[in-house]
This record gives sequence, C-alpha cells and structure tokens, in this order.
Amino acid sequence: MTTLHFTNARLIDPEAQSDALGTLTVEAGVIAALNGAAPAGAEVIDCGGHCLAPGIVDLGVKIGEPGERHRESFRSAGLAAAAGGVTTIIARPDTHPAIDTPEVLEFVTRRAAEASPVRIRHMAALTKGRQGREMTEIGFLRDAGALAFTDADAVSTDTKALARAYTYARSLGALVIGHPQEPGLSKGAAVTSGKFASLRGLPGVHPMAERMGLDRDLALVEMTGARYHADQITTARSLPALERAKANGLDVTAGVSIHHLTLNEIDVGDYRTFFKLTPPLRSEDDRLAMVEAVASGLIEVISSQHTPADEESKRLPYEEAASGAVGLETLLPAAMRLYHAGHLSLAELWRALSLNPARRLGLPQGRLALGAPADLVLFDPDTPFVLDRFKLRSKSKNTPFDGSRMEGKVLATYVGGARVYAAGE
Amino acid sequence: MSFRARHLLGIEHLAPDEIRSVLDLAERYVELNRRTIKSSDALAGMTQINMFFENSTRTQASFELAGKRLGADVMNMSVAQSSVKKGETLIDTALTLNAMHPDLLVVRHPHSGAVNLLASKVNCAVLNAGDGKHEHPTQALLDALTIRRAKGRIQRLTVAICGDIAHSRVARSNLILLGKMENRIRLIGPPTLMPSGVAEFGCEVYDDMKEGLKGADVVMMLRLQKERMDGGFIPSEREYYHRYGLDAEKLGYASPEAIVMHPGPMNRGVEIDGEIADDINRSVIQDQVEMGVAVRMACMDLLARNLRAERGARAVGAMV
Repeated sequence: MTTLHFTNARLIDPEAQSDALGTLTVEAGVIAALNGAAPAGAEVIDCGGHCLAPGIVDLGVKIGEPGERHRESFRSAGLAAAAGGVTTIIARPDTHPAIDTPEVLEFVTRRAAEASPVRIRHMAALTKGRQGREMTEIGFLRDAGALAFTDADAVSTDTKALARAYTYARSLGALVIGHPQEPGLSKGAAVTSGKFASLRGLPGVHPMAERMGLDRDLALVEMTGARYHADQITTARSLPALERAKANGLDVTAGVSIHHLTLNEIDVGDYRTFFKLTPPLRSEDDRLAMVEAVASGLIEVISSQHTPADEESKRLPYEEAASGAVGLETLLPAAMRLYHAGHLSLAELWRALSLNPARRLGLPQGRLALGAPADLVLFDPDTPFVLDRFKLRSKSKNTPFDGSRMEGKVLATYVGGARVYAAGE
Repeated sequence: MSFRARHLLGIEHLAPDEIRSVLDLAERYVELNRRTIKSSDALAGMTQINMFFENSTRTQASFELAGKRLGADVMNMSVAQSSVKKGETLIDTALTLNAMHPDLLVVRHPHSGAVNLLASKVNCAVLNAGDGKHEHPTQALLDALTIRRAKGRIQRLTVAICGDIAHSRVARSNLILLGKMENRIRLIGPPTLMPSGVAEFGCEVYDDMKEGLKGADVVMMLRLQKERMDGGFIPSEREYYHRYGLDAEKLGYASPEAIVMHPGPMNRGVEIDGEIADDINRSVIQDQVEMGVAVRMACMDLLARNLRAERGARAVGAMV
C-alpha cells in the first residue's frame, strides 16, 4: 500500500481540539506521523491549506437493504457517503425484514463489504421484528458484529419487556439506542404542535412527548444499569433530564440530527414534505438550544439520520407522506452553516461528527492520532454552491436542502489510506 | 377590481383589497340571483370540475349552482367512490383531470394541504372547497359578506367564534380574514377544542361562554366535528350543550343587536338551540346559504378573469 504524505493541511483534531496547519503521513492504512517529514517514496499531496479531518462516523443511517433497494442500496449509500466525507456508516436495523437475527446481520455485512467504498457497520434490533416484545439474540448479534441495539423509531410500550432487554444488554456491555418519544402522545403527529401546526391544520405533537419518552428510558437505565444513547434529542425540554441523568452518573449519551440543528418548523412552509421528519422539526428556540447543547457537550453526537424515501412516498398530502430525509452527502455542508454562523468551531463539530460516535461505539476511528485508521476527509469549508437534489448519489433525492445555498465542499475522502472519492472525478 | 390570485387556496394569501373585491362583486351576484333570469356568461365555454374527496351536499350544490349560473359546463366527481379507492394517488387523479383541460377545479379533501399539492400539478385555476383542518376560504368570504350586509361594515366588530375551533377549517379561515380586516376576535370553547398555540393568534381566548359573549356583535357558532375527533375531547354532548350550546340565556350576554351565524349543517341541541337558529330577528344562517352562491360566483368569475389574462399574455408572448 502506498505511503501518503499530506502537506500544507489545516489539521482538524477533535481530540486535541486543535485546528492548525501541518502535515500528516499515512502508512499501511494508518496514521503514521503528524508534522513529520515526507518519507522516501511517499506520494505527496499538497492540501493547499484546506482542511484535513477524520472521516465522519454517521450514527443512524437507513439503507434499503434488505427489502427496499429501490430506495437505497449499499452501493448508492456508500458512494453518497464517500462524496460527503462520511467514512463509516452506522446502519440502522429498521429494514424489511428487520436486522434481528445473526443470519440477516451476516448477510448484510457481507453485502455491504462487497458493495460500498466506505465502511458500513450495523446496529441490530433490540427486540424481534422491532415489535417491542421479545429481545433479540443480543449475544449472538454482538458476536456477529452488531455495534448497538435499537428498534429505531418503533417505541415499545411494553416496559417490562424493555426492562428485560436493557438488563440483558447490560450484562453483555451492549449499547442500547433509544428513540425518546411517548408513543401515545405522538401518535399520528406530522409536525410540532403550536401556532404553525394550527394554521396549517396539521396534527401536531407537543415537544413534551420527547421529554416523557426520555424520562421513561432514563428511568429504565437507572433501574437496569444499561449503557444508553438517545438517537435524537430535539427540544430544550429534554435537556434538563439529560443533564440530571449524567450528573447522577448514568452511562448516557445523546445525539441530534443535522436537520434539527439547521432547520426549524417554519421551513415546512406550504406543506413541503421533504421537511417532514421524525421527530418533526421544532421551533427556532429549540433549534438554538440544541446547537448550544452540542457546543457544551451535553449532546455528544451529530448524525444525518439519513432516511431515503422515493418520490411516490413524498408526493402525497403532508399527513400521508413518508417521513425522513437523505443526509449522507449534505451532512458536511449543512454542518458548515453552524461553523460559518460562529456557533461551533471545526474541532467542536468534528468531535460530534466523528470522535464521539466512534468512541461511544468502541471504534478506533475519529482521531488524528498515530496508529488510528487513515479514514480522512479533505474539504474546503468555504466553497459555495447551490444544491441540486438530482445530482445526489443517493437513489432517493428527498433532501430538504434542494435549491439551498450551501458552503463546504469535500475534495477527497480516504478510507484506510485508500482514496474512495475525489472531487471532479 | 383588484384580485391577483391564480388559485384560491386560502384566505392566508389574500390581501384586504382582494377580499373587498370579492365581496363587492358578490353583491352584484346577490342581485342577479334574486332575479327570475339568473344567468350570466362570465364562465361561458369554460369547464368547471368539482372534485369532492369528502362527502358534502351543501357546499357541492352551492358550487355547482354558482358555476351553472355563470354559464360554465359543470361536472361533479364524487371521488369518494372512484379510482382513489383503487389506490390511485392524488397526483395521478390530478394529472388525469388536467389532461381533460378544465378551467376551474373545485376541490374538497380530508387532508390539510392536499389542495395546495394538487394546485401545484395542474394548469387551471384551483379553488379550495375545504382541506382537512386547514382552510375553507369561500366560507369565510360568505361569512364576511353576510356580516357586512347585516352590520354595514366588516371592521371594528367584536366577533365571537364559539365551539370546536381545533377541528374547524371554517374557524381558521374566518379568524385569518377577520384579523386582516381589523376586528376584535374572541375564541370561545373548552380548552380541549382549542388549537395548539392559540395564545399566539392575537385573539382573546375564553373557556367561559357567557364571559366571552359579553358585548359581542357577531356570534359565530361552529359545528362539533364528531367525525374528525379520535377519542374524547368533551365528556358528553349534554354537558357540552349545557356549557357551550347557544341558547337564549347565553345569547343575552352578547350585544342586543348581535347576529347569530352557523356554517351548517347544525347539530341542534348540541351547539345551538333550535329556537335561536330559527329566530329570524337574530339568526342569519339562511342568509349565509344565499351569500354562499353569490360569493362562489364572484370567486370563480375573478379566477376566470385572471386565467384568461394569463393565457392571453402567453398567447401574445408566443406570437412575439
């Protein structure tokens, strides 16, 4: 394998929280030196002062395999990820059928490795069929490579079954990922309740439904000692509960989607279904509270919550339309909005985009450190462009950023020292 | 005459002068409708299709009559029993109809925003005849005309909107229109039937009906939308009638000249006492029905003018 030597690179190190010009050397797929001289025979890459950061570890990506390959395949998701600077996809198990047996997990792991240019790792369902009644074979699934256990957006009301699953997961040290949402209160909701929901005549859910779901999950964590991550915290009302749980020493972390950090409920406008998400977009106050929570470290992880939906399922009246947005390719430029607005530094952003998710899942990625895998993204945070959804590599084009002015362009992506994407190629 | 809209999807997008234009033209159609010969040629040669994805007798009849009096070819499609049941999407239905070159599409749909979606896919004028819990613009316009004729103005009035505000598109359109025309609006009803975020609407909100009706010039009752409710919003109809049904005693708190309105169909003995509804000195409920036809004629006439102007401009453009 060739030796690479990046010079004139603005190194974004989320671990050291530094952002400085330097050099980085890659040998045998791992980072071999920082700010050293070019080894003999190395391929020298002049970064022209652009940013070199650990590749993004995107926690919570929906891919349509098995069951919905017309929406997204491992190949299309992998290409989209490479173009978006995502070097590790953490795939969700809410497929058809759900990834809830070691056999299905082995099948998708093999398919992903054959088809995708970036790393794809899987989460498995916590309960069989994501039905919330019987736990899956958590031990076997863990042995087969499942990084975490989640029923995605299917929230169980069977608390006894969940308590057992959490307890069993704890005995194996497995990470449980919850979707904090009280299912009764949020039933049928298409938007967040409030003036906007009422004027549009759409069924809304009160932000308190998220708090109630989180409170329930945190009580289960306190009861069972499970390791827990909340997939998406989107409202200010949830933050005190999260803070308290951490102060009490529970092993709890939380994430937020890039969409909830950069968009608000008003963006739905005249029933634009590409803005229909789960949970729904929130008020501007909530958005700003989430940005602040990421800056303070209360929320550790930013993800795309990439959810491909075909045209048919979005071209429906808002209430009936599918929920979710693609995000693998737009995660980085959308995150640049937070950087350019002065909310978060690049090092802070990469802590949430790469270092923290990798650490939480026990992966060696996310660091610019000697011996770490050379999963890297080279990007220019300032290149402006207007997003054209039909140019996305995802099979599904349901992005809320269609026609938006964005800044931030991925110039090249490397996985294990091999280039998997280069702009203009 | 100023009315610039291409579609009539809601009151939200209308300016006060556009609202006044509709009302002024509708006055002329009220006169026409009272003659023995009621025909006009405003829509002569044009095709109007009424698509009702939700059953309606009154509104559909009103639109049909309005179109026929203006000389349009009117076709009614009761989509509730057609191909939509076979799985055809709203967009497919719209495109199929669009290929038949209608000039006006009148649409009612059970989902909020469905008419906006449809309007974005066809190249004729679309008129919203009620979409989910969103808007019902012609109802608000006919209510405004009724109020203006009874009270002599449509500004600086105290209007009480009472009952099931949460599920009512009529309430939404009315409170937008009455707000644009600078009236004082009170919303009265049990808190379970108030929409979320109601405090930000710029209205006064009451759960005590007598308190809310004090000095009101207009009392607008709403139908309890039992079909749109899932689960218990009120303990029982009799308790609802006791606390929120309009009877002589409660009406006594309003201004002595107050008028009583209801968009129909009424649940007598649930939200309104039958005697009040039939009291010709207080109730303008029958006038509302009459104004409905005139207002719909005015709306369709204005939309047709804009459509002709647009097509004319395009034809000229093609020649140049």
